[in-house]
Amino acid sequence: MFENVSAEMLGNIYVGLLGLSVLLYAILDGYDLGVGVLIPPRTEAFRDDMIASIGPYWDANETWLVLAIGLLLIAFPEAHSEFLQTLYLPATFMLLGLILRGVAFDFRAKVVQVKKRKWDLVFKYGSLLTTLAQGYMLGIYVTGLRTDIWAQGFALLAAFGVTAAYAFIGSCWLILKGEGELQQKAYYWARRGLGVLAVGIVAVSIANLTLHDDVRDLWLSAPWGYVLFAIPLACFALLALCGVLLKKLPDAHGKGEWLPFFIALLVFLLCFTAFGISYYPFIIPGQMTVMDALSDASSLRFLLVGVVIVVPIILAYTAMVYKIFSGKSEKLSYY
Amino acid sequence: MDAFLLSRLQFALNISFHILFPTITMAMGWFLFYFKLRSNISGHPVWMRMYRFWVRVFALSFALGVVSGVTMSFQFGTNWPGFMEKVGNVAGPLLGYEVLTAFFLEATFLGIMLFGIRRVPNWLHTASTLIVALGTTTSAFWILALNSWMQTPQGFEVVDGVVYATNWKEIIFNPSFPYRFVHMMLASGLTASFLIAGLSAYRMLKGDDKLAPKLALKTATYTAAVLIPLQIFAGDMHGLNTLEHQPQKVAAMEGLWETTEGAPLLLFAIPDEESKENHFEVPIPYGASLILTHELKGEIKGLNEFEGEHPPVAPVFFGFRVMVGMGVLMLAVSWLGSLYLMRNKDFPVWLKRTFAGMAFSGWIATLAGWYVTEIGRQPYLVSGVLRTADAVTQLPPANIALSFTLYLVIYTVLLIAYMGTLMLMCRRAVEIEEITTEEREVTKAKMQPTDPDPSTV
Repeated sequence: MFENVSAEMLGNIYVGLLGLSVLLYAILDGYDLGVGVLIPPRTEAFRDDMIASIGPYWDANETWLVLAIGLLLIAFPEAHSEFLQTLYLPATFMLLGLILRGVAFDFRAKVVQVKKRKWDLVFKYGSLLTTLAQGYMLGIYVTGLRTDIWAQGFALLAAFGVTAAYAFIGSCWLILKGEGELQQKAYYWARRGLGVLAVGIVAVSIANLTLHDDVRDLWLSAPWGYVLFAIPLACFALLALCGVLLKKLPDAHGKGEWLPFFIALLVFLLCFTAFGISYYPFIIPGQMTVMDALSDASSLRFLLVGVVIVVPIILAYTAMVYKIFSGKSEKLSYY
Repeated sequence: MDAFLLSRLQFALNISFHILFPTITMAMGWFLFYFKLRSNISGHPVWMRMYRFWVRVFALSFALGVVSGVTMSFQFGTNWPGFMEKVGNVAGPLLGYEVLTAFFLEATFLGIMLFGIRRVPNWLHTASTLIVALGTTTSAFWILALNSWMQTPQGFEVVDGVVYATNWKEIIFNPSFPYRFVHMMLASGLTASFLIAGLSAYRMLKGDDKLAPKLALKTATYTAAVLIPLQIFAGDMHGLNTLEHQPQKVAAMEGLWETTEGAPLLLFAIPDEESKENHFEVPIPYGASLILTHELKGEIKGLNEFEGEHPPVAPVFFGFRVMVGMGVLMLAVSWLGSLYLMRNKDFPVWLKRTFAGMAFSGWIATLAGWYVTEIGRQPYLVSGVLRTADAVTQLPPANIALSFTLYLVIYTVLLIAYMGTLMLMCRRAVEIEEITTEEREVTKAKMQPTDPDPSTV
């Protein structure tokens, strides 16, 4: 099957699939990591409700990371080894963060009360370690895996930017899923996160323009510059709208609670699109193109059969689970 | 220490820690499906209570399996870049199919299993339990296909030093795959059986006289008693398959240095690789030849025929004996338990203690078995195709030493926390009066005439 699909086409298909996995990961695990980062150490009632809101989803959300790393490994093995060998230590810290938060989630529900708070803190700081490490890795990646002092500075900026973005989408999730005091608190978190996020997007965008000449040329020259300008414009229009909504919605008696999360989702999508447009056809910015890194075409054709059949099914049952658990989250009891 | 040794240590640590949890969940998924089916058929609330207790054990084990599995997907590239460079065209799609056809299924439907019972119709909850069990088994299918291909590779060609797939059917169904898959699934069945039986016995020792632990103990003991002879048979077949394709591994398992007709079965020995001989041998004459060739005078190739191409002998030799010893112990204990059950007698305290003590015995046998087969593949990473030393990373050793230390600390803490939490859950289950409001409502709604007295269940 797919014998007539050319190597170029396969490269585009797999980089598109990789992009889809990364985007879905950033949105889906983004909100549950964000909820983790927001865990308040002192208010136990909030902690239970917040963790209950992500209970049925987090396992599957994290699987998108496995798929993304798997696709990088399978379709672009050179990029995988280059990327992860350069970022070995931050990747290790990210994994440790993921391990800690993942197990804390399950342990907290099964231990005695006094130990529960410890696991809650493990959950919070594990999440924080993960988001900081992911942001740092994103930063270094965007510079084309440079390790000089400027790249480090940019990566630190990205670490805070990504953490803010996750915390923002996490608080939007809690607006959607939470009730009463928790929801009020979530509105407050979202308003603060929105400001930080807006500053972060501006800073990262400017840094991106200064890092690579061809990216600057693409965004700042006619005629494409005009068309592409729609992306930042739309992004900031959405953020402004979200700012207004976050002020009005608390008095709207539960109407439109889904809007902030939806806007956050669009903002993630726009940022990701801008990012994709800037760096395609590079798989490692400025260093390695998609075609340089592509593995053997016939193996990728063999896997494509599974991709074409299975990915739509995965998306369908993921949607089904979100529908089943839609509405306000219930207390997390194993039924 | 160099990057090679550290990478091997780290990978061994990660995969040893990881395999503990899938070994439990693969079979426990099917136990849960069975409990759910029995509940659907009989309507007796005890089956749902068992489901509720064990699904939480399942969830905890699954979470530990997921997080340690994620680290594995990174280490292929970070520590063994040569692996993907050389055989990525075969390994990649197999791993890809595992993620696509198994990981998402398990992770998504586990959410319904755990939290969905009040939100979905009963049939969908039952179906989700089945899907998760199928997912864990599918996952085992793909990863064992890859592992077996690394042991007995076929269906490929080498062009300019890189492996290209030529026949996927041959790659997936390579010679050692059917044996390894069956052997591993049975190992999982035994591990889960002994865990369920062991923790149930522990609950009873702590004074739990409810029906649920008795029934769980009975189900698991019978399952183990049926699976263990099957496992011994499957293990024997797997050994014959190994003799055909990897004779040097069998030679190391038997501690046989010279090619011999009528080789003895060594119950114990200390293999000495320097002098190429064994010390303190306890032999059974002709035993190895009889088992491996089914003839008293059958010829078995010795290690000296594979100079420089055979694995380190001692770990393979001892690993094999630990695995077999565990298997024999499992046979004795599960059959003894079944005898008591068939006569409708309660287990005496010493037998309950034995079962409780063997709660994690499946782990020991599984790890020992994996060490035999994986160390037995050395010095190759992919038999005859890629040497382990040629796949290693150029990372600075200090970085790997740091990550290895961190993993070691965290995994040790997690293992203690895991075992401690399971035992805590058991002790709490003793106290908890296991009837919830919904359960009463459900029972009332069904107008069960034989609703048992809650205090006795």
